[in-house]
Amino acid sequence: MGRYVVRRLLQMIPVFVGSTLLIFLMVNVMGDPVAGLCGERQCDPATAARLKKEFGLDQPVWQQYLTYMGNVFTGDFGTAFNGQEVTELMATAFPVTIRLTVVAILFEIVIGITLGVITGLRRGRPVDTSVLMLTLVVISVPTFVTGLVLQLLLGVEWGWIKPSVSTDAAFGELIVPGLVLASVSLAYVTRLTRTSIAENRRSDYVRTAVAKGLPRRRVITRHLLRNSLIPVVTFIGTDIGALMGGAIVTERIFNIHGVGYQLYQGILRQNTQTVVGFVTVLVLVFLVANLIVDLLYAVLDPRIRYA
Amino acid sequence: MRGATHATWAACAVTAALAATACGGGGGDSGADGAAVLSASWGDPQNPLEPANTNEVQGGKVLDMIFRNLKRYDPETGEAEDMLAERIETSDSRNFTITVKDGWTFSNGEKVTARSFVDAWNYGASLRNNQKNAYFFGYIEGYDKTHPEDGAEQSADTLSGLKVVDDRTFTVELSQKFSTFPDTLGYPAYAPLPRAFFDDHDAWVKKPVGNGPYTVESYAKGSQMSLRTWDAYPGPDKARNGGVDLKVYTDNNTAYTDLMAGNLDLVDDVPAAQLKNAANDLGDRYINTPAGIIQTLSFPHYDAQWNKPGMEKVRKGLSMAIDREQITDTIFQKTRTPATDWTSPVLGEDGGYREGLCGAACEHRPDEARKLIEEGGGLPGGQVRITYNADTGSHREWVDAVCNSVNNALDDDKACVGNPIGTFADFRDRIGDEKMPGPFRAGWQMDYPLIQNFLQPLYYTNASSNDGKWSNKDFDRLVDEANAETDTGAAVEKFQQAEEVLRDDMGAIPLWYQNGSAGYSDRLSDVRLNPFSVPVYNEIKVG
Repeated sequence: MGRYVVRRLLQMIPVFVGSTLLIFLMVNVMGDPVAGLCGERQCDPATAARLKKEFGLDQPVWQQYLTYMGNVFTGDFGTAFNGQEVTELMATAFPVTIRLTVVAILFEIVIGITLGVITGLRRGRPVDTSVLMLTLVVISVPTFVTGLVLQLLLGVEWGWIKPSVSTDAAFGELIVPGLVLASVSLAYVTRLTRTSIAENRRSDYVRTAVAKGLPRRRVITRHLLRNSLIPVVTFIGTDIGALMGGAIVTERIFNIHGVGYQLYQGILRQNTQTVVGFVTVLVLVFLVANLIVDLLYAVLDPRIRYA
Repeated sequence: MRGATHATWAACAVTAALAATACGGGGGDSGADGAAVLSASWGDPQNPLEPANTNEVQGGKVLDMIFRNLKRYDPETGEAEDMLAERIETSDSRNFTITVKDGWTFSNGEKVTARSFVDAWNYGASLRNNQKNAYFFGYIEGYDKTHPEDGAEQSADTLSGLKVVDDRTFTVELSQKFSTFPDTLGYPAYAPLPRAFFDDHDAWVKKPVGNGPYTVESYAKGSQMSLRTWDAYPGPDKARNGGVDLKVYTDNNTAYTDLMAGNLDLVDDVPAAQLKNAANDLGDRYINTPAGIIQTLSFPHYDAQWNKPGMEKVRKGLSMAIDREQITDTIFQKTRTPATDWTSPVLGEDGGYREGLCGAACEHRPDEARKLIEEGGGLPGGQVRITYNADTGSHREWVDAVCNSVNNALDDDKACVGNPIGTFADFRDRIGDEKMPGPFRAGWQMDYPLIQNFLQPLYYTNASSNDGKWSNKDFDRLVDEANAETDTGAAVEKFQQAEEVLRDDMGAIPLWYQNGSAGYSDRLSDVRLNPFSVPVYNEIKVG
């Protein structure tokens, strides 16, 4: 187990280097970021040259990348164009997005798995059919539509919530945006759980458990659910990274100043430091989440061993 | 039905949570008095908040609230009026003596003196400080020493043309005649700065201190700035409300939704998609007034194809092919006005705006358009590609409409196509590299309400914003003559003559004048936009 973790951690290094390099190159081919800094006019050449030097843009790309990575290891993510440290931006953006992601994941786990178990146990019944239809609708409607409609209905028409999230972005305010963000994944979690449960329901060990006379609740939670959760856990684990990075749409609709918003601004302003910094952290989140998912397998199914 | 109970329970949890949010969200400030605070939409400023480093509307808004300059542009007429300036005297349009009024202080108690201005201007002009508005000081003698164009080592830290005479007087020597120079001094870049700015720059940028009617109470970068009325403000335009909370919105649609839900008091940028509904939703709380902004189509005059003889006919033909009326009505819902000259109506007749100066060339005459383009030798390569950035504004819609107009006039559905560029930065980058394949979108928001500002930076040979590199000796000569005039009226007339030269060559196609649009809640009254399309915050009454 220990060796497995170490090996996994070592594998992360090339993935990390490769993905940051890719992002770095992508932002770089978009052209000269200083050009957009002076509004509808050309920056005067002397100032533009000085700004480029300040942001290290006057050097060849590979050198910029090496300097950047060198700085990152000392915790220096550079400065955004508005003079703010990128680390400072992260310190304000990540907590917000993490809260949003936690809300979304909780929805996925609580609602998704519950619905999945219910429908899996009652395959073909009216409950199952209606939930399946519902998930189909959720999957096929784009997030921004769900978001805007909920915002309009709950925020403007009925006045239940504030249509926009305040700067503090407390948990309470994030419930509706979290639900919107989770909606599609939630539908997938429901369907994944349903299929898995339905399949395992007929397996030998469940039949044995029932034959032993175990209470129904125990059969479902200890035997059936635990074995059916592996694909679901894999999905939710990879979804953590996707939700954090992919919250752009939801964050824009509900005015949440999180990672998606900062990334969007960074891309619009072609701010390499911001974009690469945030993506770097997101890559790390993704890798760690995947590692945790893999380790969770052993907890769920003791037959899985790591060499 | 065990499953059903489960499902109901989950639904209830969601409802309960929703109800909790509604209760949990704090109510805004209320009360009907001069101390009440209003909330307004804001965008994240692109650059650090320093007067000489702020060149976009969002940062400019704040500077307008926390600073007062030598001059101030009347929110109604746009005319430059003395604010901190007691007198600005000149006999030759080159040497100016400026006297600062007595009794002005910064909000930290420091007196505003001649030195506050001279230090600030020197700071703004020095290459060392990377100020993006440094070129505003370009007319002052010694600028080339503190800010060498070629990026060489600067040989001076201060402008030799600026001299402090005494506590309240300083002199300015310009490197060339510039008759309307005093009228430019209302631009935020010329704001005075307190010593605190130089002593502890980082702290100042975190919480700017100025001499305007508002002070910064708190500033959370990227999310909110709280401004409060400065009670000891010595100026005549005291704030009539308790303060303003500027809230950063990720999307102006959300800001508009918040306004509709009663969460926000003022939106100063009604999203294009909502323009149709705004008048219905808001009634007389929807403002749509002219601003000093003009949209044009520039041409790559550096490209031989676009610069050969006869091309002026093609350019004129293209201009005549565009149905401005229809586009401003349908796409912009009358928040733009078809342009008939190269300035803006906010200048007024006296300021140099002349309706109809463009004449027939700016009218929709498809038949003549086709004839002119044929006479001029046809479109270069048989097709025009109009380049624009697709990330902001609703540029795609109008570019497509313009192309549609052109295609209809030429009876060729491939005569004109749009050429979108992903980001504004990339768009600017390509303009700077002179890589435009044809006409491209250009927008100009005035720095100060002067006809000079609509012509010289844009069309003078090699001027800072002459992106199309249009060049004409007659035009340059007339601009120089205009700047040398001591009488404003005569200067304006010369500028108009220069504008006629621009018209005859159709150096750029004027499209439309842009309006500022805003909407506000019923808590507010006396809301209006100034000619820069920025709300006049200090006049707004709450309650």
